[in-house]
Order: sequence, then C-alpha cells, then structure tokens
Amino acid sequence: MELRDGYSAQETETSGGKKLREGLAAAWPICLGYFPLGLALGVLAQKAGLSPWWIGLMSILVFAGSAQFIAVAMLDGGASLAAIILTTLVVNFRHFLMSSALAVHLRKVPRGFLCLFAYGITDESFAVNMTRFRQGGWDRWRALVVNQTANLAWIAATVAGGFAGAFIPRGAFGIDYALTAMFLCLLVFQLQGRIYIFTAIISAIFAVTWYVWVPGDSYVVVASVGAATVGFFLKRWHNAPGRRS
Amino acid sequence: MTFRDYLLLIVGMGAVTYLPRCLPIVALAQRRLPQWLIDWLSLIPVAILSALVAPTLFAGGEPRTFELGKPEFLVAIPTFLFALRTRSLGGTVLVGMLLFWVARALGVGTW
Repeated sequence: MELRDGYSAQETETSGGKKLREGLAAAWPICLGYFPLGLALGVLAQKAGLSPWWIGLMSILVFAGSAQFIAVAMLDGGASLAAIILTTLVVNFRHFLMSSALAVHLRKVPRGFLCLFAYGITDESFAVNMTRFRQGGWDRWRALVVNQTANLAWIAATVAGGFAGAFIPRGAFGIDYALTAMFLCLLVFQLQGRIYIFTAIISAIFAVTWYVWVPGDSYVVVASVGAATVGFFLKRWHNAPGRRS
Repeated sequence: MTFRDYLLLIVGMGAVTYLPRCLPIVALAQRRLPQWLIDWLSLIPVAILSALVAPTLFAGGEPRTFELGKPEFLVAIPTFLFALRTRSLGGTVLVGMLLFWVARALGVGTW
C-alpha cells in the first residue's frame, strides 16, 4: 500500500461545501443501516428502564452500537455498573486496531483534530473511510463528515426508537440487511490482489470458528489480528529474495 | 438505579469507548511508522471486514452453531456479485436490502 498524506494532498484544492457534500454522499449507506439498528436499540433500552433522554445521552457519550446493545441487555439482567463498563471496554477493543490503521492516513494531522476524529471511529465509518482513503481523493475533513453524519443518524435513530420504535414492524423493506450489504461491498473494494483475498478467507474462517466456540465478541479482534499476521508472513515469504527470481 | 448510577454508567462506558479509539491514532499519527507495521496494518481493513460479516453469513443461533444456507448467506451471493460488477456502494446496499426482503417474504433459506 502506498503512503498517502491525507493532510496536505487534497486540502487546498476543494471548497468546504464540496467536501461536506462528498462526505454526506459517502455516509448515507451507514445512516440507512443505522436506522433499524438504532430503533431496535431504543426499544430495548426503553424496556430496560432508560428514558429516551438517557438513550440519547448514551448515544452521544458512548456511540458504540454493539456495546450499547450489550449494556442494555446487561442492565435488563441486573448486572453491576463495573461489569457493564468492563464488558464495554472488551467489546470496543477492536477499535484500537481500527484507530491504528487510520493513523497511516492521518499522518502529521494536528492532535486536536485527531482527538475529535477519534470519537467517531466505528466499524462502519472505519470501513467507509479506509476504502475512500485507499481510492484517493479523500481527506480528513471528508472523513470527519462521514463520522459525524453517522453519529447524528445514530443518535436520532436511538432516541426515535425510545419514543416510537415499538410501532415499527421488524424487517420492513429488508432494511436490517443494509449494514451486511454495505460490509460486503466494502469488502469487495478491499480485495485488491491475491494477498487480500487470501487474508479475507483466513479471517472469515477464523471469525466463524471463534464465534462458534467462544462466547462474546472477541472473534473480530482475534480473527483480524490472526489473519493479518498470517497474510503478512505469507507475503514476506512469497517476496523473499531467492523466490520468484 | 438512581440518576447518579445511570450517569456514572454512561460516563464510564463513554471513557472506555473513547480511549481505545483515541490513543492509537494520536500516538501513531505523529511518528514515522516502520514499514513492517504499515504492511501489517494494510491487511487489517480487509481482515476486519471479513471477520465482521462472516459470522452473520455462516453462523447463528443460541447456542451458536455453523449454519450453511442461511438467507443472509444466500442473499449475500448475488449481492457480492453485484458489488464486484458495479462497484457501487449505494446500489449494493439497496440491492441487498431488496433481495433480503424478497427472500424473507418467500421463506427462502429457512430449511
């Protein structure tokens, strides 16, 4: 992968309005997917005793869908605060990896910007932004628009779920498949050579195996670290001097 | 739970959500990364995407088991091909939703 300096390359040429529009255009599939998820979370949270305003505050301060689902389920089951917070930490550990991978594209960006940007790093915004950075013509401002648009959609959807989610039929228009379809397409974008295809297959095998055998969400971190490491060594071995000469 | 408990919970969850997102990017963006780390990190997105989506397609249930022929998987095949052909994110999302909706309505893949 080539190193792109996301900070300087695109920054001066384009107006703010165009960046905003491009960021919004990239974010809409995420928002579409967040809508049913957020509604569902809002309904569950309300049943667990959180008012819509608490749900909104949670979505603002936490903004981590899967962790919020788990927290709500644990609240409903009467878990302790410490147990819920610890579980949240474990579930969110995958973002440690995503944040590291994003750093490659945000070199020499001011620290204050990074602290703001980091708030919006989710599975979905990570996947969209990494793909765009790779394709080129993407910069930190567009990426921030993606993060924060998704964030607003998430907050709105979860609060709406707290108020009215119980009236919306489940599975309408196949909308609960939106995020799966989005991940599939972003996966296609990432398959840029044999080593990437190989890494994807290994990761899928690791993830499904780990998912079936080990309870919880650790499969994402375990499978992606494992598969990236296998892919890395395979590429090294393949490119080693003496082979392929 | 009291007002204070809820607030503590949400602030605590917020802190452990934010820190893993913030620390690596702030620490790594300021320095020159070794080439091996860049190479390794370049495989992380494809690995994460595959790990996120694979269990949805190939596993399910409680307790969790392997499942072949889930509607999610059957719909994923044409959705994947559509993405390969068109390279359109928005189009793929809409096609996937439509196919999944139809598959559910027809009861496809529930065997």
